[in-house]
Amino acid sequence: MRYGDKDVLTDVEFTVGPGEVVCLLGPNGAGKTTTVEILEGFRDRSAGEVAVLGEDPRRATEAWRARTGVVLQSWRDHPRWTPRTLLDQMGGYYEPYSTEERPRPVPTDELLEVVGLEDLADQKIATFSGGQRRRLDVAMGIIGRPELLFLDEPTAGFDPMARREFHQVVHRLADLEHTTILLTTHDLDEAEKLADRVLILAGGRIVADDTAERLALRAALDVEVKWSRGGERFVHSTDDATDFVRRLLNEPGEPVVDLEVRRASLEDAYLDLVQRYEAGQTDEAARAFSEVL
Amino acid sequence: MSERPAAPNALPHAVRLGLRRGWTEFVQGLRSSQDQWFYLSTAFLAVGYLYLRRDTPVEGTGLMLPSVALPSILAGLLVFGLIIGPAYSLAMEKEDGTLLRAKAVPHGLVGYFAGQLVLHSSSLLPQTVAVLVPSFLLFDDLMASASGWFTVAWVVMLGLLATLPIGMVIGAVVPSVQKVGMWGMLPVMAMAGISGIFFPVQALWGWVQVVAQVLPMYWMGLGMRSAFLPDSYADAELGGSWRTLETVGALGAWAVVGAVLAPAVLRRMARRQSGSQVAAAREAATQWVR
Repeated sequence: MRYGDKDVLTDVEFTVGPGEVVCLLGPNGAGKTTTVEILEGFRDRSAGEVAVLGEDPRRATEAWRARTGVVLQSWRDHPRWTPRTLLDQMGGYYEPYSTEERPRPVPTDELLEVVGLEDLADQKIATFSGGQRRRLDVAMGIIGRPELLFLDEPTAGFDPMARREFHQVVHRLADLEHTTILLTTHDLDEAEKLADRVLILAGGRIVADDTAERLALRAALDVEVKWSRGGERFVHSTDDATDFVRRLLNEPGEPVVDLEVRRASLEDAYLDLVQRYEAGQTDEAARAFSEVL
Repeated sequence: MSERPAAPNALPHAVRLGLRRGWTEFVQGLRSSQDQWFYLSTAFLAVGYLYLRRDTPVEGTGLMLPSVALPSILAGLLVFGLIIGPAYSLAMEKEDGTLLRAKAVPHGLVGYFAGQLVLHSSSLLPQTVAVLVPSFLLFDDLMASASGWFTVAWVVMLGLLATLPIGMVIGAVVPSVQKVGMWGMLPVMAMAGISGIFFPVQALWGWVQVVAQVLPMYWMGLGMRSAFLPDSYADAELGGSWRTLETVGALGAWAVVGAVLAPAVLRRMARRQSGSQVAAAREAATQWVR
C-alpha cells in the first residue's frame, strides 16, 4: 500500500481462519487502520492480493457485504433517531440475505439487550454519552449476524464495566456464533483476553504472528524475581529464573518468603518491540523477533 | 463459510427501506424546533417584505406588488432549499459517518440516496405552506385562475428534478461542511440576484441576462409567475410571453444533466468514504481556524 511515493505497507501477509479471533497490534502510524480498511473494502490497495470470505474486497458484491460487519466509531451521526428506529432501519437491509443457518438481521430487542441499551431504546441518540454511542456502534456492527467482524479500537472511551461487558459480547460472538473477528486495539490486556492470535504490525510490516502467550515467552526479555528475607524486599532480573531461584533457595541464612516470579507479559514484549522501533531499529527489531519465532 | 445468500429482491427492498428512511427523517425534521424555526423565519421574512409593500402598485398591470413578487420569491426559496438543503446534509453526513454507515450495510447507499430524495423533496411542502398560507390570508389577487395550481405542480416537480441534483453534487464535492457557505450559498445567492426574483431581468446588462437564462432559478421563477399571474402580465416578461415550452426545455435539460452527472459524482464520493476519512474530518472540525 502506498501513499504518494511512500510505501506504508509492505510484506503484510497473514491469514485468519474461520472462527478465529485475531488481534492486530502496532503503534500509531504502523498501518493498522489502513490494513483493516483494505480488508473491509473501504480502501484500495496499490499492489498485492487480498481474499476476504473468498472474494477480493475491492470488487466485492453486496452479498459479500451482508456477510461482514464493521464496528465504526460514530461521532454525531443520526442525532434525531432513536436506537430502535435506527436499528430497525439498518437491520432491514440484511433481510434479503437471511439464511436458515444465520437468520438476519438480529431482532432489534435482542440486540439492544446484548449491548445494554434496552432502557435507552426510545431516546434520541443526540442525548447519548460517548460510551452509549459506542455500544450503539457495536450493535450496528453485529446486526447482520456477520460471519466476519471488523473491530477497529472497539473499546476506546469505554469505562471498565462497559469494557468487560463488551468482552463478553465478543466471546459470545466467537463461541456461539462462530464469528471470525479481526480486532485492532491499543489495549494489550484486551488483546491478551480476546485474541486467539496476535499480529504485530510495525513499520508497515507484520513483525510477529503468534498467540499472546507464546509472544510473551519468546520475547527475549528477562524474568523478574521478587522475594523477602529478614524483613527486607529484593528484586532481581534474570534470563534464567529457574537456576536463579534454585540458588537463592539454597543459600544459607534466613528463609526466603513472598517469592514471586513474573514472566514478561504481552505488554512487556510489545513495548520492547515498539521501543526499538521508535529508536529507529525497526529492521533489527523485526529480525530479532522473527529469529525467535 | 460456504454460505452464499442469493438475494434477487435486495435492491428494490433497499429502495423501499430508503423511502421509509427519508420519511422518518422528514417527520423528525417537522418535529424539530430547529427546522420549524427555519421554515417560519424564512416565511416571516418573505411575507413581511410583501406586507410592507402591500400598497405598492406595479406599473401597467393593475396589480399590487405582493401579487407579482410572491411567485418569484416562492420560486427563489424553493430553489434555495433544494440546493442548500442537500448540500449541507451531504457535506455533514460524509463527515459524521452517516454515509459510511450506509456503505457498511448491503445496498445501504441505495437506501441512503433514496432517503435523501424523499427527505428533500418532501421538505418543499412545509416551506410552501409556511409562505402561501399567511400570504393568502393577507393579500388579494394572488392566484389569477384556479388552473394555475396545476402549473404550480408541474413547475415545482420539474424544478425539483432540475435543482436537487445540483445540491447533491455540491454536497459531494465540497471538502468540508464549513465550505458549503462559499461553494453553495454564495453561488445560489448570486444566481438569485440575477434571476428576476428581486427585480426584472431586463434591468440587467445583456450578458447577465444570458447567464440568468442558462441557470434554472430564472425558469423556476418564470414558471411560477405564469402559474399565479394573469396572462396579460406576460407582456412584462422577456419576449413578451410566458415561454412555457422554453421553461420545460431549460428545466428539463438541467434535470437530464443532473440525472447523468449526480450519480457518477455521488459514486465517486462514496467510494472514497472510509473510517480514517471520517476520523480526519472529525479532527478538522474541532480545529476551525487554520
